[in-house]
Amino acid sequence: MAAPAAFEFCLRLGDNDLILSQRLGEWCGRGPVLEEDLALTNVALDLLGQARLWLGHAAALEGRGRDEDQLAFLRDAGEFRNLLLVEQPNGDYAHTMVRQFYFDAWHLPLLEALGSASDPSLRDIAAKAVKEVAYHLQRSRDWVVRLGDGTEESHRRMQAAADQLWPYTGEMLAADAVEASLGEAGFDLEAVGVPWRQQVESTFARATLEVPAAGWMQRGGKQGVHSEKLGLLLAEMQFLQRAYPGAQW
Amino acid sequence: MGTATATELSFQARIDEGIKIEPKDAMPEGYRQTLIRQISQHAHSEIVGQLPEGNWIGRAPTLQRKAILLAKVQDEAGHGLYLYSAAETLGVSRHDLIADLLSGKAKYSSIFNYPTLTWADIGAIGWLVDGAAIMNQIPLCRCSYGPYARAMVRICKEESFHQRQGFDILRVLCRGTPAQKAMAQDALNRWWWPSLMMFGPPDEQSSHSAQSMQWKIKLVSNDGLRQKFVDQTVPQADFLGLRVPDAALQWNEERGHYDFGAIAWEEFHQVIRGHGPCNRDRLATRQQAHHEGAWVREALNAHARKQQEGAHAV
Amino acid sequence: MLFEIFIRSQHGLAHKHVGSLHAPDAALALANARDVYTRRHEGVSIWVVPSAAITASSPGDKEPLFEPANNKVYRHPGFYHVPPEVKNL
Repeated sequence: MAAPAAFEFCLRLGDNDLILSQRLGEWCGRGPVLEEDLALTNVALDLLGQARLWLGHAAALEGRGRDEDQLAFLRDAGEFRNLLLVEQPNGDYAHTMVRQFYFDAWHLPLLEALGSASDPSLRDIAAKAVKEVAYHLQRSRDWVVRLGDGTEESHRRMQAAADQLWPYTGEMLAADAVEASLGEAGFDLEAVGVPWRQQVESTFARATLEVPAAGWMQRGGKQGVHSEKLGLLLAEMQFLQRAYPGAQW
Repeated sequence: MGTATATELSFQARIDEGIKIEPKDAMPEGYRQTLIRQISQHAHSEIVGQLPEGNWIGRAPTLQRKAILLAKVQDEAGHGLYLYSAAETLGVSRHDLIADLLSGKAKYSSIFNYPTLTWADIGAIGWLVDGAAIMNQIPLCRCSYGPYARAMVRICKEESFHQRQGFDILRVLCRGTPAQKAMAQDALNRWWWPSLMMFGPPDEQSSHSAQSMQWKIKLVSNDGLRQKFVDQTVPQADFLGLRVPDAALQWNEERGHYDFGAIAWEEFHQVIRGHGPCNRDRLATRQQAHHEGAWVREALNAHARKQQEGAHAV
Repeated sequence: MLFEIFIRSQHGLAHKHVGSLHAPDAALALANARDVYTRRHEGVSIWVVPSAAITASSPGDKEPLFEPANNKVYRHPGFYHVPPEVKNL
């Protein structure tokens, strides 16, 4: 894998985890059940840990002396490489769980595919993350079924969330030049689409939810063209480092 | 007060001998009610306490600080859970305890009604508020009621990093830029007195203290803990290079303790009564979370019922 | 539903009661128990039991239930005097 492509790729993985973790952190102290507050924070913590590993490795690949914090706190929205899916607001719990499920169902096979990457650091980080993400998928899948096949209201909310977030799933599964170049290094990213689709279909069936119809997919996150949401998220997240440039914390 | 019955005497004898009281043991109603109130207040405090700190998770200045804060707030949810669990062994339901919290009937620690205005506040909370809490909690590991004592042991084990992370935040700020040092001093100025109030009113004003001490539900007096806290914390402030906002603070060689100024108890009582800066917000946030989560809880129950019925229908 | 949680922290030890939590069914109770009670890797095995399924002896039962053990003191190894010259007994 060419160095710039590897850097871009790690940035994408790190940014996905970071932005999604930031969103999940917003639920702290506001969850529907105390046990769930704890469990969701666990997922946020896992993702943050993974983000730090990916961003740290990206910085090393870049070789310009940046670190995980400089990447996280000093890039503007146009330099972030996360999927549009993860920057979508939390909405209600149905939205949060569907967003999580769509992501986890892609994240796990992606990390498993990285097991055959030629870069040992990529393999190591992925190996560590796989265990956590297997649990995340178990969790979010379970919640999709519980809420999808719960009450009439929960079913309605889940279907609405599934439909509203569907246009953000295409971006995950369509490889671009960066990801295509990874294929040359020995593993296939497009193949992730197959288990993803299977997971969504089987889980939605158990959840009595309809898989949304194929339609226009939103794109741009991976290239740094984001929704209006990301700027606001970053304004909050980056505030202290921007207000006190160069300070140690 | 009339003469104690034989049952009350034998109950007190168990306590005096250090034998733990366990769920379903015979116990005076006063003991049970005092414990329910004390444990549930503690649980509510952990839950409400997530909010002032949760306020800064999104703005933590480094990824490491963000992770640490997330872990801390998660621990607090866990502590609330252990404590509701302990309270439930006394024959109340978590549902009823939460209802009392949301209606404003139940109390929680006054300290969480103060706002977190800067990142330094997160440091001050860890250092002072968790410091005060630990001071209160360690003796409770020896309290007479088994489930409560065991919950406290678990909590104390997890709490040790909470205070250290707060102190560390301030340590870095105090050796940082002048603006950061000023941020730290400002946080101490605002959190010092409310932290002292955490130990409760002076002993002579505390009506339930004597009975709670006898029952080993309360193991050290309010004033005793408060003095210990001041003695321990002032040298730490000195180390940080921060000034404790108390003109009357002075080491008393004769007593072997710090003398400190008068606490504004009227503020404490107003905050307890609901007039603190954040009481309404804290309660409103909890009410909203509970209300918006209702459909989720109903869905969970509905799904579980369906699975059970499906299992029986063959 | 209230569930009681039991954790075995190491192979070879017995499960220990650590507390309780609320969940709509055993599957979610197990998942929650992992997050609530094993955040610091204190768990190798988790058991969740609906609280209603537990039958407990009543504290007043101590005498009839446990008295037979108390007056057969010869069951305890400390009852016997072993001469100091005798090893490995």
